[in-house]
Amino acid sequence: MVQTTGLAYAYNAHTAFRFPDIDLPDFENLIILGESGIGKTTLLHLLAGLLTPESGQIIINNKEITRLNPRELDHFRGNNVGFIFQRSYFVRSLSLIENLLLLQYLAGIKADRKKINQVLDSLGIKDKGHRKTYQLSQGEQQRASIALAVINDPKVILADEPTSSLDDKNCHAVATLLKSRAKETGANLVVITHDQRLKSEFKNYLQL
Amino acid sequence: MNLFKLTWKNLLARPLSTLLSLILIMLGVGLITFVLQMKQDFESQMDKNIKGIDMVVGAKGSPLQLILSAVFHIDAPTGNIKLAEAEKLRKNRFVKSAIPLSYGDSYNGYRIVGTDTTYDRLYNAGLKTGDLRKANFEANLGSEVAENLKLRIGDKFSGAHGLVEGGEAHDDTQYIVVGIFETTNTVLDQLILTNLQSVWEVHNHKKVDSHEETSEDHPDHKLPDLEITALLIKFRSPMGVVQLPRWVNTQTNMQAAVPSYELKRLINLMGVGIDTINSVAVVIMIVAGISVFISLFNSLKERQPELALMRSYGASRNQLAVTILLEGLFITLSGYLLGLLLSKAGLAVIVRFFPQGLTLQSPPLSFTMPEFYLLVIMLSIGLLASLIPVLQAIRLNISRTLSKF
Repeated sequence: MVQTTGLAYAYNAHTAFRFPDIDLPDFENLIILGESGIGKTTLLHLLAGLLTPESGQIIINNKEITRLNPRELDHFRGNNVGFIFQRSYFVRSLSLIENLLLLQYLAGIKADRKKINQVLDSLGIKDKGHRKTYQLSQGEQQRASIALAVINDPKVILADEPTSSLDDKNCHAVATLLKSRAKETGANLVVITHDQRLKSEFKNYLQL
Repeated sequence: MNLFKLTWKNLLARPLSTLLSLILIMLGVGLITFVLQMKQDFESQMDKNIKGIDMVVGAKGSPLQLILSAVFHIDAPTGNIKLAEAEKLRKNRFVKSAIPLSYGDSYNGYRIVGTDTTYDRLYNAGLKTGDLRKANFEANLGSEVAENLKLRIGDKFSGAHGLVEGGEAHDDTQYIVVGIFETTNTVLDQLILTNLQSVWEVHNHKKVDSHEETSEDHPDHKLPDLEITALLIKFRSPMGVVQLPRWVNTQTNMQAAVPSYELKRLINLMGVGIDTINSVAVVIMIVAGISVFISLFNSLKERQPELALMRSYGASRNQLAVTILLEGLFITLSGYLLGLLLSKAGLAVIVRFFPQGLTLQSPPLSFTMPEFYLLVIMLSIGLLASLIPVLQAIRLNISRTLSKF
């Protein structure tokens, strides 16, 4: 469940955003469409608790995250939010499996290699687990970052322009993959994008 | 996975800059501990050897040379003095004991010293095997001499003129080994001791009246025109050091030198060299600190996105700070340990290659106070070098970092 009311954020006097309210029930997905510079990434970072809103309220999984202190917020993110960033980020010195182990450690979850193998298997990159992430191909990296996003069974997966660099075929494939992963972990999937191709893939959409 | 493991992987991910920092710290620490240890060993060795010798009397010349030759047996003697004149000093009211030394010959590089057995007592030297020298040409060997020259009781050898190998051999007279001393960790280990009479006989090639003992036993006996090389004197009271050296130097043909004073001068002279080496080491350690800082700082700049990633997935500011701090401390600590190892290994090698004169005093793996201070200093350097990168990690703006890269 993702709910926002009266959300506003200002970088400075000239760049201020007001966002429409969101009310997304459990197991539903949402696509947020909008042109560049309209504050899409800002909204995503607000939802993730990476930015603190100027005003308004965010409730994720029955928790009002706008009221959490910084440490609680870190903890909340680690356990409840999965990310798909525009670019794939990994800890460079670690292998893919070690990256996943690190996320389990940071979320305070016991290391679970079986789960890691399952996730990698379901994404078709089981044999790449011991590679350093920079040795993976672009497509493998994208799958790997989905693995990062779902490893801790988050309540919400936030995806920032996940398909902008992909052709139509792969665009559809990634969207399908994201939806199925989200469904499997029981998470809300919130995608923000300017990619109109994705609109048809989602039931709920919000135009900024 | 935990933060230690992450730190370890991060260090391995940039092996060259990690290695550079390690080498620099190792060199700095190694150099300082090496010099400190050397100085300490040197001084304690010196102290051990001059214990019980308040003043040395010998022929006129350089006082330091007199000390080095008569006490440490590492320099040529300044010349000879008349035994009769030296014996007069023994009667001085300030003098508690006087040990005559006569030397000038050597065997395979080890000095043959004619003296009485009070010299052995000076270094608390007990016999490991055999008996004390009694008759002429009986010799007692220092432990190192016996070991290195593979001499045993009953073996015979003849001395060579001069103090280095290859002197003219005195083939007509042969010494016989009658006893071998225990190791004393003093200069005695490197000496061949015999009685005064033997040394005189070798050089005069004539029979001297068989008065092995010095005048201690026959104070009124008229001594022939014999010479000794030096006289080691112990005072009855501290007043002696005030009066006697000056009296000897002004009123006699002999020279008096005070070992503790001359050694202090020598150590002060060496101090300049030691200070120079220490300054170099300090500079190296500062550079090492800078290198650790640059290595952390650069890697942190590259790693900003991954730090932001870790923060997104639940890492706290403190956890990031700890990882970076651990990296800095790990490098400085392991560099420190390697440096310590290097200096101990260096000392062990030096002791092996320069067996004469220097013996390692403290056990090689001991941990001395200066080394502990150095550890504290190194950890402070590690902390200091990590400080700015740690602050950067704490202040990292996750949202901006993720939208920038």
